[in-house]
Amino acid sequence: MQEDVRICILRVGGTNCDAETKRAFDDAGAKAEIVHLNEAVEKGNLSDYNAIVIPGGFSYGDHVRAGAIWAKEVMAKLGSELLKLAEEGRPVLGICNGFQVLVEAGLLPGFKGVSKYPEAALATNVPIGYYCGWVHVRHVNSGRCIFTQKIPKGKMLRMPVAHAEGRFIFSKENEEALLEQLRDNDQLVFVFCSENGGPAGGKYPANPNGSFYDIAGLCNAEGTIFGLMPHPERAYYRWQQPDWTQTDAASPYGDGRLVFESMVEYLKAK
Amino acid sequence: MMYRVRIEVSLKQGHSDPEGETAAKSLQELGYPVKATHVSKVYTVYLSADSGSEARRLTDEMCRRLLANPTKDNYSFNIEEG
Repeated sequence: MQEDVRICILRVGGTNCDAETKRAFDDAGAKAEIVHLNEAVEKGNLSDYNAIVIPGGFSYGDHVRAGAIWAKEVMAKLGSELLKLAEEGRPVLGICNGFQVLVEAGLLPGFKGVSKYPEAALATNVPIGYYCGWVHVRHVNSGRCIFTQKIPKGKMLRMPVAHAEGRFIFSKENEEALLEQLRDNDQLVFVFCSENGGPAGGKYPANPNGSFYDIAGLCNAEGTIFGLMPHPERAYYRWQQPDWTQTDAASPYGDGRLVFESMVEYLKAK
Repeated sequence: MMYRVRIEVSLKQGHSDPEGETAAKSLQELGYPVKATHVSKVYTVYLSADSGSEARRLTDEMCRRLLANPTKDNYSFNIEEG
């Protein structure tokens, strides 16, 4: 039983969701610290933390491709340390820009560990442009993903997205085979769905970015690395929701809390 | 030796090019007989290397490592001295 769960929330220039991510973790019972990448490099103390989080934002202005520069930087400067932690099964979470970083770094989808080059991409939204709004996702994971273990399979959640490059794609030549692999390994976690729970079917705005198979979030084959485009930290409290004055005041929380709760509970039980 | 490298990163065939489609539509609306538009990115890199082959090797590595994502991008480059 782990008493203190320490979470490292990494940041660089352009990160802008670190504070609310910390608040969510702290409320969920963890001790989160915001650590600049250079500070982590200087101290060399990533192993002091039970989990690593790459939060949302627009690191390095989204230049080259969203998340690409941070991904290559983190792998160049902290790669061996991070890979060691990932191999030990310490959770790594990437939210929005963090998801883009994990894909660009080759940590996700992670069919066979870490890949040298990205095996997927989070491409420019279709329809084109920055999309910021509330979406619905369905939890489709059967239990592999440690970050959603408290969420029943099939449950619909409401969270906001805010990105211009969130269209999850595989190489055209083998997208069906890789989707099959995601399914076989239980790596699919969230798919976009319509407000009434039906499949988004690739259609805007239920699927806000044109993602292949409506993919909104996925984990590695071990279930310990998870990335998602929606922002659970922006749907943590009831009052963050657009219709909060009309919702049940008995519950102070929004759907996003389930992700943080799942992760912290998993870490405490270790 | 200094080299001037022109790198072009373009989308592989079959992938959506929403920026290109938007530009094509706009050009068509302006009355131009445009069939399609594809957007690519051009980087001009000034590189110091011992030889042309070393410059090529470094450029290829830079493309694979950062400038292109093999899932969706093709890249090509040409190298000039100077």
